[in-house]
Amino acid sequence: MRDYLGVVWAIVVKDATVEWRTKTAFMSAVVFAILVLSILYFARDPTAVSSMDIAPGALWVTFTFAAMVGLNRAFLLERENQAIDGMLLTPVPRTAIFVGKMTGNLLFVGFVELISVPLFVLFYNVSLAGRLPQLLAVTAMATVAFVAVGTLLSAMAVRTRFAELMLPILLLPFLIPPVVGAVQLTSRILAARPASELMGWFKLLAAFDIVFCVLAILLYEATLDE
Amino acid sequence: MTARESALRTARRGQAITALALAGLAGVYVRALAFTPVERLQGPAQKIYYVHVPVAIYALAAFAVTGLLSIAYLWLRDERIDRAAEASAEVGVVFSVVMLISGPLWGKPVWGTWWAWDARLTSTLFIFLLFVGYLIMRGAIVEVDQRARFSAVLGILGLALVPFIHLTVYLFRTIHPQPILFKPSAPSLPGVMLTTILLSLGVFTLLYVGFTTQRYAVASLRALREEELLSDA
Repeated sequence: MRDYLGVVWAIVVKDATVEWRTKTAFMSAVVFAILVLSILYFARDPTAVSSMDIAPGALWVTFTFAAMVGLNRAFLLERENQAIDGMLLTPVPRTAIFVGKMTGNLLFVGFVELISVPLFVLFYNVSLAGRLPQLLAVTAMATVAFVAVGTLLSAMAVRTRFAELMLPILLLPFLIPPVVGAVQLTSRILAARPASELMGWFKLLAAFDIVFCVLAILLYEATLDE
Repeated sequence: MTARESALRTARRGQAITALALAGLAGVYVRALAFTPVERLQGPAQKIYYVHVPVAIYALAAFAVTGLLSIAYLWLRDERIDRAAEASAEVGVVFSVVMLISGPLWGKPVWGTWWAWDARLTSTLFIFLLFVGYLIMRGAIVEVDQRARFSAVLGILGLALVPFIHLTVYLFRTIHPQPILFKPSAPSLPGVMLTTILLSLGVFTLLYVGFTTQRYAVASLRALREEELLSDA
């Protein structure tokens, strides 16, 4: 178990180091998030629709798009010079490689979200006082959901033709439950609705996380060439 | 018998079943239009029921078959299973298109709107898009073994996604009628209409089998051709 976590950690550190030295993907995702947040602010009739009405949707569309910009990165890095073959030749469990990649993506998307939320509060004039823990729970659960599926699908998408185009087409249907759930939860949390109105969607997110994390880890080996 | 001959035989068998199904479909429509009473509230528009419901059932069944064959493929690693999964997915996509066209045609006179973000409509639309993605991905991979494995992974993920999508849109709300046919108590449909819909379901069973068999034969022939091209090169 310690060895396994060691491998996971080594991959996370490796990917983080590579990203830290260039910051290209991270900066692109952050700038992309800011652009989407501001475009969505203007994508309405201000005399008819208040910014508060579209705020939860805007937040999650932003997170989704920004995550998609980042998700391809993890396996695109390994595709150059067949680096993935080197990793697969090492005598470590293959699922550990996948869990490492997934954790790296989770950190990547998490940091992008960490920067987007204050901007969201600023742009949309939202008050988060006392709602932060609930909002954090929603964000964490929905992010795990789309990173789990996204990491597996990006492992496949980068090895097809039109790799960059393939990921959104394959991934978006899988994002419907977590994104719809997250938007519903976010708008109810921002409107300070009672916790009983949140439980149904929270259960849906939790079930999705469990099912797709397990499936992604089990199915990863099937995506590898022998 | 060579592999080519056996694939051609499968194709002919598929054609025969399809021809039978198409004749049956014509028969069902004669029965539906001339010998089944007009529904009191919906008028003639309800006749679409005899296509819309069977085609919807078989669209979803086709995707379920793809999902189950995907599991079987990862287990047994037999190319033929992958071809069958592909064939079923493609027939499912075609059936979904018929469903998504016949639905609005029925919805306009009865619901008063072409389109509604109703639970069942929305979930079938998303599942349809998922399997369109499945076919697009297949087209973007050249290597046979890799294509089969990736497709199987996507098919299994898709199978797991269906209940989640359904739950998600259900937590919104629905204007589709509650199940008329498949429900714990007896079907709430007059006898004549029930016979027509059951006949139609039977016809669509044949249509699904016929189409899928032919498409499977095409996949086998294509695989043979690819092998020939590779050995020529």
